[in-house]
Amino acid sequence: MAQMTMIQAITDAMRTELKKDENVLVFGEDVGKNGGVFRATEGLQDEFGEDRVFDTPLAESGIGGLTIGLATQGFRPVPEIQFFGFVYEVIDSISGQMARMRYRSGGRWNMPVTVRAPFGGGVHTPELHADSLEGLMAQQPGLKVVIPSTPYEAKGLLISAIRDNDPVIFLEHMKLYRSFREEVPEEEYTVEIGKADVKREGKDVTLVSYGAMVHSCLKAAEELEKDGISAEVIDLRTVSPIDTDTILESVKKTNRAIVVQEAQKQAGVAANVVSEIQERAILHLEAPVLRVTAPDTVYAFSDAEEVWLPNHKDIIEKVNAVMNF
Amino acid sequence: MKHVLESVESLFETFQILNEDGELVNKDDMPDLSDDELKELMRRMVYTRILDQRSIALNRQGRLGFYAPTAGQEASQLGSQFALEKDDFLLPGYRDVPQLIWQGLPLYQAFLFSKGHFHGNQMPEDLQALSPQIIIGAQYVQTAGVALGMKKCGAKTVAITYTGDGGTSQGDFYEGINFAGAFKAPAIFVVQNNGFAISVPRELQTNAKTLAQKAVAAGIEGIQVDGMDVLAVYAATKHARERAIAGEGPTLIETLTYRYGPHTMSGDDPTRYRSEELDNEWAKKDPLVRFRKFLEGKKLWSEDEENKVIEEAKEDIKKAIKEAEKYPKQKVTDLIGNMFEVLPSNLQEQMEEYKEKESK
Repeated sequence: MAQMTMIQAITDAMRTELKKDENVLVFGEDVGKNGGVFRATEGLQDEFGEDRVFDTPLAESGIGGLTIGLATQGFRPVPEIQFFGFVYEVIDSISGQMARMRYRSGGRWNMPVTVRAPFGGGVHTPELHADSLEGLMAQQPGLKVVIPSTPYEAKGLLISAIRDNDPVIFLEHMKLYRSFREEVPEEEYTVEIGKADVKREGKDVTLVSYGAMVHSCLKAAEELEKDGISAEVIDLRTVSPIDTDTILESVKKTNRAIVVQEAQKQAGVAANVVSEIQERAILHLEAPVLRVTAPDTVYAFSDAEEVWLPNHKDIIEKVNAVMNF
Repeated sequence: MKHVLESVESLFETFQILNEDGELVNKDDMPDLSDDELKELMRRMVYTRILDQRSIALNRQGRLGFYAPTAGQEASQLGSQFALEKDDFLLPGYRDVPQLIWQGLPLYQAFLFSKGHFHGNQMPEDLQALSPQIIIGAQYVQTAGVALGMKKCGAKTVAITYTGDGGTSQGDFYEGINFAGAFKAPAIFVVQNNGFAISVPRELQTNAKTLAQKAVAAGIEGIQVDGMDVLAVYAATKHARERAIAGEGPTLIETLTYRYGPHTMSGDDPTRYRSEELDNEWAKKDPLVRFRKFLEGKKLWSEDEENKVIEEAKEDIKKAIKEAEKYPKQKVTDLIGNMFEVLPSNLQEQMEEYKEKESK
């Protein structure tokens, strides 16, 4: 097994699938010769040729339309949107078209598409580069939305996404790209889409999160342990659909839950998780289910990210609130 | 059946006034600029080159944030801006900070924009401009609206916008020039074709031989200009402005230029996609070298004069970066306060929460 960063694991997943299935195509802005602005597609054009891994003209809506057309011709497109903030340019192709294709054609056409994109804050990008827009995608029926938090899972989930016969939005948190390495098998394997993972076991409170905030939850859990509070950390890994079974099993044990997301508070994934918990387990709860989120402003200008983004201290504060409820 | 592509494309020749050696090769189109104005153009280009060098250094020291280098594009940026009047409206892309500065944005605010502070986006009241657009091409459609608004108000002003060669692939580009054409709005659309959209060469963006010819489909005027020739860029923009004011509609100006540096200072490595030979080829066309030769030939410019500008620029930059660094840090309550005219209840509540947090 090799030690890989998350971005290396992502490249490895694409390499694995390009090798395995000749219909897999990887394309987008700067993904060819340049290997992507984050080097996610590094070496893939050299290895698989310009027919399989290629640069497109600069137009996200163009990439979206091209993807749909290629999918009708038997290909399995893996387009990259350079930064997920640019999704507004292609939201008709994704939400208005891909997501509805199987439904509106009565199953005649399907979209075996994986839209990959970096997102997430804390790396000092300009506007519209760091926004957490997964809630926007999760609201759209017909899409699966996957967000890995570790290199191992990134590879397994991306392979699952590429093999999925329906559209998957695969969001890669920029802060996690190179933040740590772990053992990642060189051979192919999959991690199931739609399944959450218990990242740390605990008995007093359940922290539900995804993406980079999983690591903030783990940090909070470590500190809480010193105060004698045992926190269980659940990584959703897929934010649409939500794995309610794993969450409920945990909440029925801990009787308390906090949902943590980097995105703003209003109408997001966390709100959905809270609803699922209270609809199905209200009699198991010792305290209200609270949320830790960013405030309801447009994403912070980069110089204010540190004070705007939620962190492990915010999580600890909310945990103390539910413990003392 | 008649094929027209070749004959249409052949009509788009590169407009030039000074050649690479600074010789006047097109007397007929030589703009009517006074000696002082010619010197001012040179002064601005030298100043902006120094600003670029210092900005790159400040970025490397961690004192600036997002920065898109401008060296090589001075003639395209400043020649076009020099043709504007004070009340014209500017819709820049993210590399077009120099035009904003020469149109009236204080330098310390340009630095705050780079640092990621909203005050860098707060244009002074007397500067008619939006802050640099991050989404490629979005400013093009908005320009049609600004220009149509001017027309409806009977204003004798124009809207000018900038994108790059990559930007011409966006749907917004086509919609922008088409809308402006349909409304005969007083707009100037500049495409600074520097050959690469990050790493992707111009040839992969489109099968069209020139970007200027895209004007034809929108039914507007288009011209390809030597973007390293500041007089050519100025003359083309001035002419476009006069036509726009006269109610003759928008113009698309493609300037052939080059960015010497990386796409931005955020990790782009041009050696992955550009050859040294190509870099050297473009260095020979340098807009400053060319214009300096022209002015020296007219005894309008000297080394002393150039050094004076360099010192002035360095001094201004030193002051401005200090001022930017002294500017109050953004608080979450500032960001909340900027969201709506009247805060809705969820934000009122969050405002109180963050006020309390910030007071600790």
